[in-house]
Amino acid sequence: MTSPLQQKLKIAGPVVVTANRLGDGVVVYRTADNGWSTQIGAAAIATTVPAATELLHAAIADDISAVGAYIAPVEVDAGRIQPGNMRERIRLQGPTFDLPAIFGI
Amino acid sequence: MYLYDDFDRTLVDERIDEFRDQVARRLSGELTEEQFKPLRLMNGVYLQLHAYMLRIAIPYGTLSSEQMRMLAHIARRYDRNYGHFTTRQNLQFNWIKLEDLPDVMADLGRAGLHGMQTSGNCVRNITTDQWAGVAPDEIEDPRIWAEILRQHSTLHPEFSFLPRKFKIAITAASHDRAAVRVHDIGLRLHRNGAGETGFEVMVGGGLGRTPFIGKTIKAFLPKRDLLSYVEAILRVYNQYGRRDNIYKARIKILVHDLGAEAFAKEVDAEWQVIKDGALALDPAHAADITARFRYPEYERLDDNPEELRKARSSNRRFATWLDNSIANHKVSGYAIVTLSLKPEGGPPGDATAEQMESIAALAGRYSFGEIRVGHEQNLVLPHVAQRDLPTLWEKLETIGVATPNVGLVSDIIACPGLDYCSLANTRSIPIAQELTRRFRNLDVAHDLGRLHINISGCINACGHHHVGHIGILGVEKNGEEFFQITLGGRADEQAELGALLGPAVPYAEVADVIEDVVAAYVELRERPNELFIETVNRVGVEPFKERVYATR
Ligand code: SF4
Repeated sequence: MTSPLQQKLKIAGPVVVTANRLGDGVVVYRTADNGWSTQIGAAAIATTVPAATELLHAAIADDISAVGAYIAPVEVDAGRIQPGNMRERIRLQGPTFDLPAIFGI
Repeated sequence: MYLYDDFDRTLVDERIDEFRDQVARRLSGELTEEQFKPLRLMNGVYLQLHAYMLRIAIPYGTLSSEQMRMLAHIARRYDRNYGHFTTRQNLQFNWIKLEDLPDVMADLGRAGLHGMQTSGNCVRNITTDQWAGVAPDEIEDPRIWAEILRQHSTLHPEFSFLPRKFKIAITAASHDRAAVRVHDIGLRLHRNGAGETGFEVMVGGGLGRTPFIGKTIKAFLPKRDLLSYVEAILRVYNQYGRRDNIYKARIKILVHDLGAEAFAKEVDAEWQVIKDGALALDPAHAADITARFRYPEYERLDDNPEELRKARSSNRRFATWLDNSIANHKVSGYAIVTLSLKPEGGPPGDATAEQMESIAALAGRYSFGEIRVGHEQNLVLPHVAQRDLPTLWEKLETIGVATPNVGLVSDIIACPGLDYCSLANTRSIPIAQELTRRFRNLDVAHDLGRLHINISGCINACGHHHVGHIGILGVEKNGEEFFQITLGGRADEQAELGALLGPAVPYAEVADVIEDVVAAYVELRERPNELFIETVNRVGVEPFKERVYATR
């Protein structure tokens, strides 16, 4: 498996770096102040390959806070950040159906 | 039930302590993720889209009431109140926190449960017929052999770093409910002309990116040679299996590249060296394991007792369930009861903590404390007295696991897909949910008869789509969810891979297309009881294709 650092980056629009928080796996986004947030709105946006690479490198180095960091596309509309694809929408909002606790009894 | 011995208990306890230490070191930063990942995977802990996922082994799909109660407890205390039964007869929790995992493992360990052999390039949890030990058509209980193999392969140093994961399935019945032909090794226990029992050994089956039906490399292997022969296969694979390309690393590729005959020759050469050594079956060991499988003390009962006859004639819904979800038992007066985890609109294979707890209690009361998990993602109560069926049915109804759709169009096998899985291209559960709504009319479903729909959210094929009568595979096209549909696959003793129906269809059209396929079948079938799979075999895919794509 190629490590995220070795992958050749191609960026077609704004991106963020996302990962899962180490202790509980919750989805987090890399922020501009080198931290992590569960809010996609707080994510640092990169629009160039060098900026995205730098963000990713720093995120991967912060291995104790979050795991599996990678670059994900986003859409930015009037300053509002939204996930850029279905996978990222599901990561942010959860499964696209009601969880089974409401089935059965 | 199988009773674990001290060796197993010590092994599990040691693993729990070791894992607690590893998690603490990871959380403190002493271990990096790169160092920790293989350690967590060895305990069935994956990282998925939303959280960590814990996969728990259910050896040969057999659970006690106590174990099921423990799973309910884990669901309630550490997860989001439900678990997911998989096509590998395992259970997955989707929302586990790493911080909680040492306690989760300790709780599981108290019930003899763990996540070993559910991940990594080792011999995985061995699967078998969910009716093992009770099916009238079996010649002996295949779980004994699954257990012998489990003991031999668990943490086996030589086979802990195989080129890729390795799956073994065993059946001992004339009808294969364990899909043995699509496993790395499939074993079919049968009798030869001389009346002796032994194994047909199939190798190189598998689904995923490059699907193959397993090839028989030994028509009859005496039982005494099971371990040595399996070991010989693993050695040949370990030596020649490709490690340079993950997509070509499974044994099926090796068997295909070498050819089954040449592969069998290699195995045979290896086997001749070891067959009379330490791996030849020690009858005392086999007897010990056999003795550890405890069977219920059945009462002497007659088939079709009055309570059952009365309930059947007075309650149509009960009669429908009886005809659909009950199978004949080896012992007269008893029945095998399948609990459908496929309610209308439900995610296939999911059970809530309350359902698990109730099922544990019902198994305690009506099934000698035993439950089975089938690869179709349903549960089974394997030893129910027929006189208890009316009362049991009422209780199963109240907890939502008595939908009489077992083996029918709405009994859909689906992998977690993009709603959970980090490898997915597309969702699969919502497709299954929509199909259960489209086919909610049980009279229609019963008229259609046996029809298996299998859905996978990517080419890894965890939903076994290649061997679904109707297979649905999610693919990504320009960032959109599309689905390829195949017809005519089957996973039983006549295993076949499905044939492609035509171009992939978008998410929103899948349910319509499946309805069209089913409508085409109804028109094409020769007689009302010609099954879907028989019609596809007779006419091929083309007439279906014409019908489905004519208006698209
Ligand atoms: S088939 Fe693909 S999407 Fe489905 S569970 Fe397996 S890896 Fe995930």
